[in-house]
Amino acid sequence: MKLDLLTSLYVFMLAAFIGFEVIRRVSPLLHTPLMSLTNALDAIAVVGAIIMAGQYHAHRATLAKILGTIAIVAATSNIVGGFLITDRMLRMFKPSGPKKP
Amino acid sequence: MSNVLASDTFIEITYLIATALFILSLKWLSSPTTARRGVFAGELGMLLAIAGTLLHHGIVEYKWIFIGLVLGTIIGVPLGEVAMTAVPQRTALSHAFGALCVTLVGTTEFYLRTPGVPRFLMGVLSLEVILGSLTFTGSLMAAGKLQEILPQRPITYKGQNIVNLGLLAIAIVVAGMLVAHPEKTQLFPLIVGIPLLFGVMMIIPIGGADMPTVISLLNSYAGLSAAAMGFVLDSKLLIIAGALDGASGLILSVNMSKAMNRSFSNVLFGAFGQEQTAVAGKQETRPVRSATPEEAAAILAAASKVVIVPGYGMAVAQAQHKVRELYDALTKRGVDVKFGIHPVAGRMPGHMNVLLAEADIPYDKLLDMDDINGDFPQTDVALVIGANDVTNPAARTDTSSPIYGMPILDVDKARTVMVIKRSMAAGFAGIDNPLYYLDKTLMLFGDAKSFVGSIVRELGGGHE
Repeated sequence: MKLDLLTSLYVFMLAAFIGFEVIRRVSPLLHTPLMSLTNALDAIAVVGAIIMAGQYHAHRATLAKILGTIAIVAATSNIVGGFLITDRMLRMFKPSGPKKP
Repeated sequence: MSNVLASDTFIEITYLIATALFILSLKWLSSPTTARRGVFAGELGMLLAIAGTLLHHGIVEYKWIFIGLVLGTIIGVPLGEVAMTAVPQRTALSHAFGALCVTLVGTTEFYLRTPGVPRFLMGVLSLEVILGSLTFTGSLMAAGKLQEILPQRPITYKGQNIVNLGLLAIAIVVAGMLVAHPEKTQLFPLIVGIPLLFGVMMIIPIGGADMPTVISLLNSYAGLSAAAMGFVLDSKLLIIAGALDGASGLILSVNMSKAMNRSFSNVLFGAFGQEQTAVAGKQETRPVRSATPEEAAAILAAASKVVIVPGYGMAVAQAQHKVRELYDALTKRGVDVKFGIHPVAGRMPGHMNVLLAEADIPYDKLLDMDDINGDFPQTDVALVIGANDVTNPAARTDTSSPIYGMPILDVDKARTVMVIKRSMAAGFAGIDNPLYYLDKTLMLFGDAKSFVGSIVRELGGGHE
């Protein structure tokens, strides 16, 4: 348990550093798509909700099922909506055509 | 049992690949040329992780999972199709959904494990639900203000910060008590309820111009709460996704607070939207020069280098498509047209870029403040459309100005400045803008969309 925690803290720390380095390089031009993309990725929390809603629980099974299902709905709508709108926005970003020398 | 082990290893491997794809996804987002590949990588990672999870041996019932996935998709599709002008409120709403998911899972986890939740777990669980629930109501409030369902005007009262910080402090103290005595389950509703209230109170004093900072901050909170959920469920994938999202929100919040010249701690503690001391009263009636669309068109046509500075006013007037026509008409005449974009223009980071890209303006013409400021001395005409405070030279020169020190677009260094504005009313900060009284400044009074439309007609452009 103690070791697990420590490993998790290492993972968190390294991911935060990678996050800072990678995201610092994203041009301000794309900050809106950045936010909608990270939002979609963040909705990976759906995996926790899936296990919660589908697992066998000896106690409070109804609570887990109801809240788990609502959580799945919330996260899935972020995944679907987030990826859709990010792609829509990125498709709009076009460089100048070669019309002018 | 070995089957279970094999399937668990398989699931862990899908998570590992998903993690790599998520990091690549953000890496590819750094440039518009590879960004769409980034979205694809993210989608692939997500699909793998969800498919892997569905194979989890502990899942005994699939009915509700599929109902949830289908309902979520039904809600998600229209949320992915909203108009570009509605993107800020959509983003706020999605932060609310993400936080809702995290809070619900955290709450359920507590009631499933209680009594006998280990101390450390209780600590991160508290963090998860506190951050989750305040982000949920805070983001709903922000979305309501952006959608103009709620009054956009900041509502402030005496001692507001003390009340807010007090609420947060109580929630933290209760969480501390729960960590010390995890068996006191009756305390748990408090660490959900109080932050829910705090989220509302936190956004009440926020005005529209503070929204870019607030949305970024809520983004960061949503990410951190998901990372905390990863600790609770011991899921490395979730810890990493949450850390990436948290880092992204934090970077954006720091950028935004810098661009508004606020210290980051000031923003962190929710002390934004401080009462705007009404300096508008001492506004003098100095003469300004104004011009008609014909005159403006003639000046623009004679220029060789034009920089357009858009602000939230352009979004409100839905003028971005007319601005594109202006861009086309001028480019056709051989005028070099660029756009200068302030980091806090609009209601969220990057808002103006998305609107202008939607109107088909090439992204290499959209320049960030730091990249365009050096160009203004060689610029013939700076055309300001619906922006005010971000062009106020008082921020550079007048130490007594409330916005002194805020980085601005140096439009006053251009040879001629034209400002499209409804009236002489002060901007968000309630500060008079000396730019308007300069000899080189021409005020173009009117609605942004129709005024730009008239200029385009004069230039002989228009609907192709």
